[in-house]
Amino acid sequence: METREIAGKTLAFDADGNLANLADWNEEIAQALATEEGIESLTDRHWLVLNYMRSEFQEKGDAPSIRKLTKESGVDTKELYQLFPKGPAKKAARIAGLPKPKGCI
Amino acid sequence: MGEVVRRLPFCGAYEKKIGNTVFIPESPVTFVHPIILTTVLSLWKPPMKNLVILGAGTAGTMMLNKLHAMLDSSQWQITIVDQFETHYYQPGFLFIPFGIYSRKDVVKPKRDFFPAGAKVVSAEIDRIEAEENRVLLKNNVVLNYDLLIVATGAKINPDETEGMKDGLWYKNIFDFYTIEGACALADFFRRWEGGKLVLNVAEMPIKCPVAPLEFVFLADWWFTERGIRDKVDIHYVTPLPGAFTKPRASGILGDFLDKKNIHLTPDFSIARVENEERKIVSWDETEIPFDVLVTIPTNMGDEMVERSGLGDELRFIPTNKQTLQSEAHENIFVIGDATNLPSSKAGSVAHFQADILTENILSWMEGRPLRAQFDGHANCFIESGFGKGILIDFNYDTEPLPGKFPLPGVGPFSLLEETEMNHYGKIMFRWMYWNFLLRGKELPIESHMSMAGKRM
Ligand SMILES: Cc1cc2nc3c(=O)[nH]c(=O)nc-3n(C[C@H](O)[C@H](O)[C@H](O)COP(=O)(O)OP(=O)(O)OC[C@H]3O[C@@H](n4cnc5c(N)ncnc54)[C@H](O)[C@@H]3O)c2cc1C
Repeated sequence: METREIAGKTLAFDADGNLANLADWNEEIAQALATEEGIESLTDRHWLVLNYMRSEFQEKGDAPSIRKLTKESGVDTKELYQLFPKGPAKKAARIAGLPKPKGCI
Repeated sequence: MGEVVRRLPFCGAYEKKIGNTVFIPESPVTFVHPIILTTVLSLWKPPMKNLVILGAGTAGTMMLNKLHAMLDSSQWQITIVDQFETHYYQPGFLFIPFGIYSRKDVVKPKRDFFPAGAKVVSAEIDRIEAEENRVLLKNNVVLNYDLLIVATGAKINPDETEGMKDGLWYKNIFDFYTIEGACALADFFRRWEGGKLVLNVAEMPIKCPVAPLEFVFLADWWFTERGIRDKVDIHYVTPLPGAFTKPRASGILGDFLDKKNIHLTPDFSIARVENEERKIVSWDETEIPFDVLVTIPTNMGDEMVERSGLGDELRFIPTNKQTLQSEAHENIFVIGDATNLPSSKAGSVAHFQADILTENILSWMEGRPLRAQFDGHANCFIESGFGKGILIDFNYDTEPLPGKFPLPGVGPFSLLEETEMNHYGKIMFRWMYWNFLLRGKELPIESHMSMAGKRM
């Protein structure tokens, strides 16, 4: 666990560098996290994905896979990779203030 | 009221006919003589119950053998269903492209592994109707069940990637997760003079997540033996951030890739195959050219799961991580590759699950709580070429660590190290598989992972 300042607040982060507490998150922090990921400004399309991820997480307790994202969020795989280059599931989860998706091995 | 047709023997009750239906008064027992009642009760048996197992691969066959030995055959009728009569030793597919095994080394009739008296149905499963507690087969037979075990495994789906099955399929693009693919690749390699060999994992999860690594390790050895290693460029392309899923093992296995001069491209999610230009392209338009592409296509559960409405987006069945009961139905249990568990999809894992599942099934039958808990234990021998192997042992919470296995400090196997002994472990696994694992016999390895002998 690490604490550091982001968007003017001092917040706790987990070992993967994701927000430790879901409740600390807000839209301003999302933009700050996005900037860290190299995404200059979050568009409506980004928000569609982020909101879907947050509601899915609240319901299921885990962030959705890319397959599930493209099937249900209304954004196809190609666009998903344009919005969140390299590893959209991981990046979008981080920006949405969620832990890294458990994924599979 | 209809007329009295006849007097029932012993009971003193009347069987009456009303229209066409037979009507028996509600409590005839009040008329029964005590001696007759005791005789009847002592002869009365509870109705036979049905346990149906879907899939007679690694996990289904193991469960059949374990439960057949434990259940009272006058109470439970066990039926197992599979579409094929041949059992494939899938771990052996890895060795076929390199001529180490051929087809005959990896097949045996399934019936050799069924206990005497087991009811075996050879048919394709159409769907499970969970609300009705029944299974429909493609030959129109209906199987009713009280308890269902789903063990229909996972298989590759090359069609999930654009262009994968176009012109070059089985000409310059091969899989080795099927017997057909492994044999076709063996033919290709025998004639191949060298060039760019690309191994690509399309998407996680896959069965036996170490098999692709073993494949490139063996390729390095085989082309060296053939004297053309300098002409073969081996490239490992994966959607994972490193060589393997778990950080510590990923680092160590990544070093092996380096040492063996195998190029690694991580974080590559394949979008399509361009057949004419012989290249794979990722969703973010990174291109990797190949002369021969060995693909591990998207792994999914059987279509039957989707037809039954029981699967997730990859047709894997949501299953309780610990008890192996399906999330949706209390009388359906799931084992092996068919589950959505975040454990490895491997025969060794199915074996550990089988111990847990057997215990929980017995509890379920007696109406006791399901106490046995699966911890995600996996144990994999990784063939690393030149007569050596690496062993990893881990579970849901503990990543693979170095040390000795199974006896702390003694071994004979070494964890996360390359040794000849580990290679023999891998070779011995086939013998263990046919003779112990499938037959549901105990192996000298605990189903729960042990920390003894491991170094943090
Ligand atoms: C190349 C390769 C290498 C591997 N190496 C290893 C290794 O080194 N160590 C290890 O532990 N594991 C290894 N594995 C994994 C191991 O083989 C599997 O995890 C294991 O076989 C899973 O068992 P299962 O019973 O869940 O599925 P399977 O053994 O695949 O059985 C599923 C069965 O269900 C039947 N079925 C499915 N759908 C239907 C239907 N609709 N109707 C009728 N029947 C149906 C199939 O015919 C099949 O017989 C490897 C796998 C591959 C492909």
